[in-house]
Amino acid sequence: MTVAALFFYLFAAVTVASAFMVIAAKNPVHSVLFLILAFVNAAGLFLLLGAEFLAMILVVVYVGAVAVLFLFVVMMLDVDFTEMRQGFLQYLPVGALVGLIFLVELVLVVGVWATSPALVRAAEAPLVSADRITNTEAIGRVLYTTYIHYFQLAGIVLLVAMIGAIVLTLRHKPNVKRQDIAAQVGRRVADAVEVVKVKPGQGI
Amino acid sequence: MPFDVQSLTPALPEIILLAGALALVLVGAVFGERATGFVDAAVIALLAVAAVLVIWLPGERLTAFGDSFVLDYFSRFFKVLVLIGAAAALFMSVDFWSKERLRRFEYGVLALLATAGMLVLVSASDLITLYLGLELMSLSLYVMAAFDRDNLRSSEAGLKYFVLGALSSGMLLYGASLIYGFTGTVSFAGIAAAAKGAQTGLIFGLAFLFAGLAFKVSAVPFHMWTPDVYEGAPTPVTTFFAAAPKAAGIAIFVRVAIDAFPGIVPQWQQIVIFLSITSMALGAFAAIGQTNIKRLMAYSSIGHVGYGLVGLSAGTVAGVQGVLVYMAIYLAMTLGTFACILAMRRDGKAVEEISELSGLATTQPLVAFLFAALLFSLAGIPPLAGFFAKFYVFLAAIEAGLYALAVIGVLASVVGAYYYLRIVKIMYMDEPRPAFEGMAVPVRIVLGLAGIFVIFFFAYPAPIVAAAEAAAKSLF
Repeated sequence: MTVAALFFYLFAAVTVASAFMVIAAKNPVHSVLFLILAFVNAAGLFLLLGAEFLAMILVVVYVGAVAVLFLFVVMMLDVDFTEMRQGFLQYLPVGALVGLIFLVELVLVVGVWATSPALVRAAEAPLVSADRITNTEAIGRVLYTTYIHYFQLAGIVLLVAMIGAIVLTLRHKPNVKRQDIAAQVGRRVADAVEVVKVKPGQGI
Repeated sequence: MPFDVQSLTPALPEIILLAGALALVLVGAVFGERATGFVDAAVIALLAVAAVLVIWLPGERLTAFGDSFVLDYFSRFFKVLVLIGAAAALFMSVDFWSKERLRRFEYGVLALLATAGMLVLVSASDLITLYLGLELMSLSLYVMAAFDRDNLRSSEAGLKYFVLGALSSGMLLYGASLIYGFTGTVSFAGIAAAAKGAQTGLIFGLAFLFAGLAFKVSAVPFHMWTPDVYEGAPTPVTTFFAAAPKAAGIAIFVRVAIDAFPGIVPQWQQIVIFLSITSMALGAFAAIGQTNIKRLMAYSSIGHVGYGLVGLSAGTVAGVQGVLVYMAIYLAMTLGTFACILAMRRDGKAVEEISELSGLATTQPLVAFLFAALLFSLAGIPPLAGFFAKFYVFLAAIEAGLYALAVIGVLASVVGAYYYLRIVKIMYMDEPRPAFEGMAVPVRIVLGLAGIFVIFFFAYPAPIVAAAEAAAKSLF
């Protein structure tokens, strides 16, 4: 068994186990943390396949943004998950039945799957192309040249989403004290501190 | 691959609009609400510059970004329509927002971004550009619909439009993925080369793609959002919706059908005929019972999309020419009608009930006359412009042998005439109500121009008809 195979089984086992823990954990925060673990291990699997760009995207986008967003939502919304879990066992038989049917369907579909010989050869070929350019470089070569307008338009669409969110939700409340850095920096001792001569025993 | 700035020329109008939008967001962010007047003026100026460029750029058929973006006479025609519609709608909106104390610089920026999306959409020559243009347009429109965010109906309109729009985008993408799967390409030319026979999978994709597009132009049975959104959205936004995006949606509908699927005309023809008949019928019958004028105009727009699609059903040069003439005239009619609706203000509030118009002929005779002319035109009564619009599409349908479709269209327009004439009757025969508040200057200008266009179109139709013919020929 090579090192690569060893790592494959390691990543795969941890992915499956943490995916199971996502639905099994009692504390929703733990669920999200297990989800992050599953993402990171899936990224490891991608690395083993030679898809380093996908691996990094998975970490950056899913772990960096999506999972953190989940964490925020879970922590900020006060949802009583224990209450939602009640009756979990009651629905287990139905859920198991649906799962079983799904499994049988999958077996039936995969069992009769015919793969063309050409595809098998293509799958055996190395993912890294002959002229040794990496995934990231290959994407970079076309993303900012051939497909530049798609990229820019997608960026503008995201900008519209941002403007829209601000337009529809931002409210400037009066009487809110905001930090004014210029005022803070420009503050002098004379403006802030007043030295008062107080005679002993008299007070101010 | 060496980069050549010249290769960006065909997309110059879009680039100017988008760069302008970015700059204006910055201006608005720095100067806040004080910049609103400047931003509105700058947006209209940018739209005008873009329109000049669209007309002026030399060359019969320019392409950019590896053939995924095309500027031919067809896209030029629709780009000019879209820019006129957007600029006129914005021009009229300023006064309304000031009176409702909703004036914010983001409206102009969002309208500018939506217009840029429409221009991209009109020029799209592959499925990805189509989708990106469509999303840029729709996303801005969702926000605009909910712009009066403290108003329950406006928020409802925005949310409804967003949810249903997302659904339709999903359908469109599903269709696009099927088409890509069965033809192996996303470019319209490539799809046309690959789609020769009636493969089931391809037709599945076609049906989903058309469902998504039909939603955007609000053709029956994908029209459900239209009345609620038209009624709920603030009136300037409704004006914008009725003018510019409708033209852009019809443009891409025609381009996809003619450019990408010339090999399977009978297959898409039956979809378009169905959409057309149901839209005309629903537009005619459902509008009869309406009491709110914006809701009535929503059903009217559904019906008019149906008439426009009659031309596309023919699938010929004459048919496409008919669609182009129809959309040009419809743009003028709808802008004029909404100018009248924007003028319906009493006691500092906008009123929307049709009964509020009663006796307008005695209080404001000129407005009543122009409004009546526009309504007669919408009904398609000669010698007004609306008659010629219908004439061209029905003629094309008859030439293509679609007699039943033309007959149903004429019958539907007879039914539709009832509710337009009812408004005229209310204005001229009913007891007068107190006069509306004075009209703002921009609204007067747009109403006047639209009225002149509709009344005198018959005298000199040649420029538009000739331009539409050149545009239609560039597609085949």
